[in-house]
Amino acid sequence: MESTLMKTKALMLTTAAALVAGPALAGSHMASEMTIVSWGGAYSKSQLNAYHNPYSEMTGTTIINDDSSAEAVAKLRAMNEAGNVTWDVVDVVAADAIRLCDEGLALEIDPDTQLAAAPDGTSAADDFGDLLVSDCFIPQIVYSTTFGYRTDMVGDTPPTSVCAVFDTDAYPGKRSLEKRPINNMEWALMCDGVAKENVYDVLETSEGQDRALAKLDTIKDDVIWWSAGADTPQLLADGEVVMGSTYNGRLFSVIEEQNQPVAMLWDAQVFDLDGWIIPTGLSPEREARALDYIMFATDTQRLADQAKYISYGPARMSSAPLVGMHAELGIDMAPHMPTDPNNAANTLLYNYEFWADYRDDIDAKFQAWLAQ
Amino acid sequence: MSIELAHKPGTEFTAAVTAAFGAFAGLLVGTSQGSALIGILLGAAVLGALAWGLLNFDLPERSARWGVAAVFAVLGLLIGGLAGLVVALIFGWFFGWFIYWLGSGRYRIRLAPYLTPGQVLWHYTFRVICGAIFVFLITPILVVMPLSFNAEDFFTFTPEMLRFDPEGYSLKHYRDFFTNNEWQRSFKNSLIIAPVATIISVSLGTLAAIGLSQSHVPFRRSIMAILISPMIVPLIISATGMFFFYSQIGNWMEGALGLNKTFVGYVKVVLAHAVLGIPFVIITVTATLVGFDRSLTRASANMGADPVRTFFKVQMPLILPGVISGGLFAFITSFDEVVVVLFVGSASQKTLPWQMFTGLREQISPTILAVATILVVISIALLTTVELLRRRSERLRGMSPG
Amino acid sequence: MSTIRGTGPGTADAPSPDDALHEAAALSDRDVPPPHGAPSDGPMLAADGTPLKKSLARALRLQKTRALMLIAPLLIFVLISFIVPIGQMLWRSVENDIVAQTLPHTVQELAGWDSAANELPPEPVFEAMYFDMFIAAEAKSHTKLGTRLNYEQTGMSSLFRQSGRKLDDLGKDYQKAFKAIDGDWSKGEAWFELMSGAADAPRAADVAAAQARNVATLIDTPIAARDGFAPSQEIADLLPLTARAYTAMAMFMQFEDGDDPAGEKPWETLYPALLRDLETADVSAYAGPRAGMLQTLAAARGDIEQISFTDAFAEIDEDWVVAEPWRTIQTHARNVTPGYFLNAVDMRLTPDGAAAQPEDKQILIRLFQRTLVMSLVIMGSCILLGYPIAYLLANLPMRTANILLILVLLPFWTSLLVRTSAWKVMLQQQGVINDTLVWLGLVADESRLVMINNQFGTIVAMTHILLPFMILPMYSVMQTIPPSYVRAAKSLGATNWTAFWRVYFPQSVPGIGAGSILVFILAIGYYITPEIVGGTKGVFISNRIAYHISSSLNWGLAAALGTILLAVVLLLYWCYDKIVGIDNVKLG
Repeated sequence: MESTLMKTKALMLTTAAALVAGPALAGSHMASEMTIVSWGGAYSKSQLNAYHNPYSEMTGTTIINDDSSAEAVAKLRAMNEAGNVTWDVVDVVAADAIRLCDEGLALEIDPDTQLAAAPDGTSAADDFGDLLVSDCFIPQIVYSTTFGYRTDMVGDTPPTSVCAVFDTDAYPGKRSLEKRPINNMEWALMCDGVAKENVYDVLETSEGQDRALAKLDTIKDDVIWWSAGADTPQLLADGEVVMGSTYNGRLFSVIEEQNQPVAMLWDAQVFDLDGWIIPTGLSPEREARALDYIMFATDTQRLADQAKYISYGPARMSSAPLVGMHAELGIDMAPHMPTDPNNAANTLLYNYEFWADYRDDIDAKFQAWLAQ
Repeated sequence: MSIELAHKPGTEFTAAVTAAFGAFAGLLVGTSQGSALIGILLGAAVLGALAWGLLNFDLPERSARWGVAAVFAVLGLLIGGLAGLVVALIFGWFFGWFIYWLGSGRYRIRLAPYLTPGQVLWHYTFRVICGAIFVFLITPILVVMPLSFNAEDFFTFTPEMLRFDPEGYSLKHYRDFFTNNEWQRSFKNSLIIAPVATIISVSLGTLAAIGLSQSHVPFRRSIMAILISPMIVPLIISATGMFFFYSQIGNWMEGALGLNKTFVGYVKVVLAHAVLGIPFVIITVTATLVGFDRSLTRASANMGADPVRTFFKVQMPLILPGVISGGLFAFITSFDEVVVVLFVGSASQKTLPWQMFTGLREQISPTILAVATILVVISIALLTTVELLRRRSERLRGMSPG
Repeated sequence: MSTIRGTGPGTADAPSPDDALHEAAALSDRDVPPPHGAPSDGPMLAADGTPLKKSLARALRLQKTRALMLIAPLLIFVLISFIVPIGQMLWRSVENDIVAQTLPHTVQELAGWDSAANELPPEPVFEAMYFDMFIAAEAKSHTKLGTRLNYEQTGMSSLFRQSGRKLDDLGKDYQKAFKAIDGDWSKGEAWFELMSGAADAPRAADVAAAQARNVATLIDTPIAARDGFAPSQEIADLLPLTARAYTAMAMFMQFEDGDDPAGEKPWETLYPALLRDLETADVSAYAGPRAGMLQTLAAARGDIEQISFTDAFAEIDEDWVVAEPWRTIQTHARNVTPGYFLNAVDMRLTPDGAAAQPEDKQILIRLFQRTLVMSLVIMGSCILLGYPIAYLLANLPMRTANILLILVLLPFWTSLLVRTSAWKVMLQQQGVINDTLVWLGLVADESRLVMINNQFGTIVAMTHILLPFMILPMYSVMQTIPPSYVRAAKSLGATNWTAFWRVYFPQSVPGIGAGSILVFILAIGYYITPEIVGGTKGVFISNRIAYHISSSLNWGLAAALGTILLAVVLLLYWCYDKIVGIDNVKLG
């Protein structure tokens, strides 16, 4: 017993020492520190190489990486309500950025004064063009949600159209789709004979939604629903599915870096954007630093640099010609970009306005359909 | 076996039972070869005959068992190739052992002699059932261990791995764990946060449990319900709710007390985890105290000990097992918690489960399996050490093993 | 037989001096003569001479205080750091002041509108909406309201977002017309002088206070009305709408932007407001500062186009001139709403009261049922698998039991995420189990079993994850059951089954109860495992809660779902406490 007591005492002393020592460290690294929130994994690594490291070298700012983008919307809202915003720059997808902007949680940014112009003098607003889908959002990359398939499971006729997903006779086996209505509803309608330009008009109506769900119903038993971007690559590598949707960068990594028997099906890929927002409620000095970082990280060269590490297209038009070789594999990255003309023959652009309105409604229907 | 056993069963009995098992094995083999019925009949006949033969011709047991295994292996090789060989070898070894174990009556050695055959049958059936449950408990963990040596970045048994080709294996995920800053930092964070949270919940929880076990506590039920509540509120709701509270506390500590941001971050996560661990401590310690003999504390007080001394010298040693197991639960709660830390923590408090969670979502990397394997090995080592120490102290105190 | 209890010295059932103390206190309370020998005249005295009753009461009080002192630190800790935050979170399930805060005047005006009459709200509603929305748009909270109302009616989100952008257009036209009459109308200074009146004129404190309240809620900072702008009483009487709009603008500039309203460009709202006021006001008698400017404008009013806010909104978006959005606003204007709870049980709040959701959106009740049923199944399978193990452990020699206990604890130590992934590796169609079965030839390669992404997968994985929580409490209870009872029963002629069922089992019930409640409660709140292995049919209500917290930001609905779930768990907890007693829960 005596010894237990001694141990307890020692433990308590250590804890107390740790508690006292903590504050003593205060102030040592107050200098300039910023927390940048992103997705983690290979994507964060590409940002580290292309943006964070050069910026730290240039300014001496310490950058802390926080892999919380998946919870960013909820956490930013909570931070804002609690009046304690600890993030300086946040990487989110465009749909989330719009939501954050609507909620007043993201700072409005004027592209002409607060972003760098292209080297040839084109203003940032023109250089980004239509991709500035929200007042608060500075796009960084164009990525696409598209399909990959197992080359060894499709026989002699590899799929060329997205409708192969709905053709279980020609391509038997499971397919993986994301567990949300966005993209799936569009593909379903397109393969049910709706012209691409009418998809959203049809989807606005209740009948159109039912029609899309009815089409999805034909393959419901053959679908594995994914919710994390890493799921489809794993399922493809296992041979658990014959084809599946995911982000094109993940498929690039499966095909080129991991050498799996998988190929891309670029047809009807859905373009989406990922980029930066700055939270509201920062102190003026932190806000200035965040804006400074954004100006640096979204200039033409930096965006092109990121494409060396991951196969996502830079959001600036002026960056496209600068995209070079993969940093480790040494292969030309241009043909792997979703925006490459060979890949972009048939594309769809995520309709932000539509989904901002219909997301709640259609999601409820979609989930009810899933649960049936 | 030179001892003549009282309950040595008849050869016919052994042959019949072995035949029944043989029928089952035959069913397995038969289905794979096309006909279940033939498999059953053949299996029963062959093994029944084998048992009868082995027991009647008084062969030396050891060589007979080797012989059986060898014959099975050859047959297996002929029917099913390499896979067949392995399966048949296992079958052969099992039946060789089984026939003698049954035939020589060894199966009754450890049992009370008055048990009826039904009871003996039940005894072993029960053991087999328990064995199956243990297999259920442990297989998933054993299965992921080899995957942590995968040369690829997927949770997949590659053909190279199945062929035991050294190229299919690599230590790169272990290297990743030991060299990757993110993993190291999160591991360290977990090692800081979990023990401190445990200490807080155990010390406060034990005090409160002792208070609750007194005989005249007003509002006992409501207090108990409040203290248990962190366990019963869905975690995602707790996480969001606590986020607000701890942000405000954090603001206050940074603003009014001027504490370091990182330090405050740790305090927040530690307190949040301590709250989650409290119900486990309360439940275990109150349960131990239910059986606590109150007259011991009175005796101690009678002899002049003050309450503090009584607590540490009399009460604490007796309720220590409850406190320790409550502490274990609290530790695991913190060590394996991902939802609350995702909300309450910030990047510099990233814990191991958080890193695993990001790993699973953003990159497929068997590094998390490598971490799990390391942790399993560590915990086996720890548990074994504890058990050995316990046995040693028992021996030293001259007690017979319990 | 089932009432056998331990009555050794080690249990709380043994009589103790405490009981005597209690009895004595009760006795002396009732003034009944004590049972034996004590003098019955006068109160009983304790050793130190105080009346026994008093002395006992003091002892009891002391004891209670001591117990409470021991509990207090933890209780306060849990109350402050858990109960209060959770309470705040759950309060969101009924909280709904965003509508009335963002559109205060509109909500007031709408109150009188009969939504059932199937016609548009009258002009004053549109008028109020214009001014409310304008300042909300300045504070950027109109989109927040749009998001909130979009949960109720699809399309509100973009309706509010786009209207907020176009709102300036209306005022701009009038601003031009005003400027043509007198250039000073576009100057902040001129407006400031007009609205302030003479320096010593009495102030309209009520207008200032009302606007201070509105602006303060919108910009989320407290405003003391007397620090802000207040129009003169005369102007406030003469031009009420303008005074209101100007005060709101001035306060907003002062407190949100830190600017002086006199030096800033006036908002576009002022022009329509003044025009509307001039329709009824007679300014010819006004003699305050800038009276001339005002009178010139009043005279030239006929040259300016008549103002109609209804038409203006029709121009902004056609959706404003149908009754539907107005109905939605009116229905959800209450500060405390049952709407989220109705949504949580697949109903919705309509102008005619509660109604069922359309059938193709009904999912939550089903999820609640599924969560309960599956948690029960998981609990049941944990009992089935846990009981034999606990029994075996309790009846083996300590050495063997401890080694086997390691096998139980090992999964428990392994991360939940790892175990869930492991089950994925095991159960999927190209997984370990299927591969083994195919290899053994028990299953054909093309008809591999589907064991994951369905309820089976969830049940298997969660049973595995929660099994230690069942085994450990059972084990600790079974350890205390003396084997002699079963032996005694058998020697008295009981069969194996009877001895187990009538003697052993009843004594192990507290362990089953403890394990069950633990497993059930933990199962009901899980969402990571079902998300990973549950597919479509194996997800729980917690998955929806997590979705609404982290993706759709519909925290009201999430809180309502959480409250219901919590209520169910509390009800079960209460039942359990009544039937078994929470004291009997043992964890190991």
